[in-house]
Amino acid sequence: MTRIAVLAALVLLGLLAACSFDDETVRIDGSSTVFPIAEAVAEEFTLANKGARVNVGFSGTGAGFEKFCRGETQISNASRPIRDSEIEDCAANGIDDIVEIQVAIDALTVLVNPNNDFVDCMTVDELHTAFTNGGASTWSDIRPEWPDDKIIFYYPGTDSGTFDYFFETIVEGVDENATHRGDGTASEDDNVLALGIEHDQNAIGYFGFAFFREASEGLKAVAVDGGDGVCVEPSFDTALDGSYAPLSRPLFIYTRESFLRDRPEVLAVVNFYLESSDTLVPEVGYVSMPPELLDEQFRKLKQFLP
Amino acid sequence: MAAPVIILRATGRVARRQALSRGSRWVLLAASLVGVGVLAYLAYDTIDTGASRLTWDFLTSYPSRFAERAGLRSSIIGTVWVLGATIVLALPVAIGTAIWIEEFAPKNPLLTVVKLNLANLAGVPSIIYGILGLAVFVRFASLGPSILAGALTLAAMIIPMTVIAAQEAIRQVPQSLRDGSLALGATHWQTVRHHVLPQALPGIMTGIILAVSRAAGETAALIMLGAFTFIAWDNTNLFEDFTTVPIQIYNWTVRPRQQGFQVNASAAIIVLMAAVLTLNLIAAVIRERFRHE
Repeated sequence: MTRIAVLAALVLLGLLAACSFDDETVRIDGSSTVFPIAEAVAEEFTLANKGARVNVGFSGTGAGFEKFCRGETQISNASRPIRDSEIEDCAANGIDDIVEIQVAIDALTVLVNPNNDFVDCMTVDELHTAFTNGGASTWSDIRPEWPDDKIIFYYPGTDSGTFDYFFETIVEGVDENATHRGDGTASEDDNVLALGIEHDQNAIGYFGFAFFREASEGLKAVAVDGGDGVCVEPSFDTALDGSYAPLSRPLFIYTRESFLRDRPEVLAVVNFYLESSDTLVPEVGYVSMPPELLDEQFRKLKQFLP
Repeated sequence: MAAPVIILRATGRVARRQALSRGSRWVLLAASLVGVGVLAYLAYDTIDTGASRLTWDFLTSYPSRFAERAGLRSSIIGTVWVLGATIVLALPVAIGTAIWIEEFAPKNPLLTVVKLNLANLAGVPSIIYGILGLAVFVRFASLGPSILAGALTLAAMIIPMTVIAAQEAIRQVPQSLRDGSLALGATHWQTVRHHVLPQALPGIMTGIILAVSRAAGETAALIMLGAFTFIAWDNTNLFEDFTTVPIQIYNWTVRPRQQGFQVNASAAIIVLMAAVLTLNLIAAVIRERFRHE
């Protein structure tokens, strides 16, 4: 019996000793939209730096900031800029040296069933009418010459950055007091949305451009008129040159100056996000930044690089 | 001369009752076939989709953004650590509680309250345990999203259901056995240790396996407390970050279908099913050994 107790104590001591090794882990969490980029970065970074530990989770942009502001992560992925309230939460915990770095451009895509032959292009106001609470229920509510059929709506769940982004630009962007409709199918799983739109003649929905690129068969993308009367199709080119407005958006990572200064492994990972963005970002379906924008991000790191 | 053959045939209400009896047999069979059928279809569909991906490389590779390169290495290791720690933490507490309640506890209102609470806790959704784990183990005890925090959370989740199963098993042991042992001069503890426990063990094992299987498939609670998804190194102690097989399955199912991650998800489900079935098998073997002793 005593022997077992001694053994148990030794094992426990060993475990405690081993846990001090854990200091150089880089923990990344946040947006599930940015996750594929972070995963690609972590994967390549680990291959290039044997023994490096880069862990990535996807609890969502908001939950990611919550962890970041508690000091639980070193890098926070975000599909929208950090909010003032989140900056305050961080500051309350002594985290007041936040650095924002853009890593890619994402575009939202509005989709309809391929058998839908009347919807080719929609204005921002029409999208607003479609997705606002108390808005359209039939196609003719959006544009009088469209058929009088009932529309079935599909959109991402409220926890996703994609929903936030659509809500801010289309729903709230047109009318500050408007709310997003709640009578459609909401899902965090883009496959559910894609399947629904694919099988429903009268469906309309939206999700990230990256997902649309992968799942484009069986779906029809709607061009968007940002207000100047020109219909722009979602594509890499139109997102990059900014003409696919307002449904293309920047994707960010957040870290702290003190990490960039004192934690070489964090600096290395952040630098890797930028250095590899030209190859990794398009690979996972997003749009990489034009050279000037990329240089602007590099400049934020310059003072910390050796 | 042969005796005339008389065929007795029920008529009236008796005939109706007999018809009902024959019919009920088929209805009940159909009811069980619904469950088995759905299960068989799911198993077939999963194996059909995932079997081709089930290679040695798949089991020994780290996660990747490419479906064909991604594997289960870090999540299998993480699952083994978390489950192992969960079992070590939960079983002594659960079995101890069950023995105390059934054999030693004074029968008073407090015991009723404890029993009622256990039954309620066994029905609490796992995400609630995830929130508890995040608040108490990850943050208050500052364990971080570590294997230990995960194991403590899963242990808290499975203790109530294990206690109830163990109680049930201990209650099945005939009172005459206890009386016989006590009559021969054995102490209360000796009676429990040498007669009640061995008799109850097969039942306790069944409860444990059900509980551990539930812990093995748990996703929501672990994501809640901050378990990671991408980890490309091997766990070596209880204080490290971790990921598990169900988390990978979840991650792969929400990816775009065309990328091939759905195949990985199916293959990972096969691995998880095989692991749970193996656990069941081990439990069955132990059960049989104790029955024959």
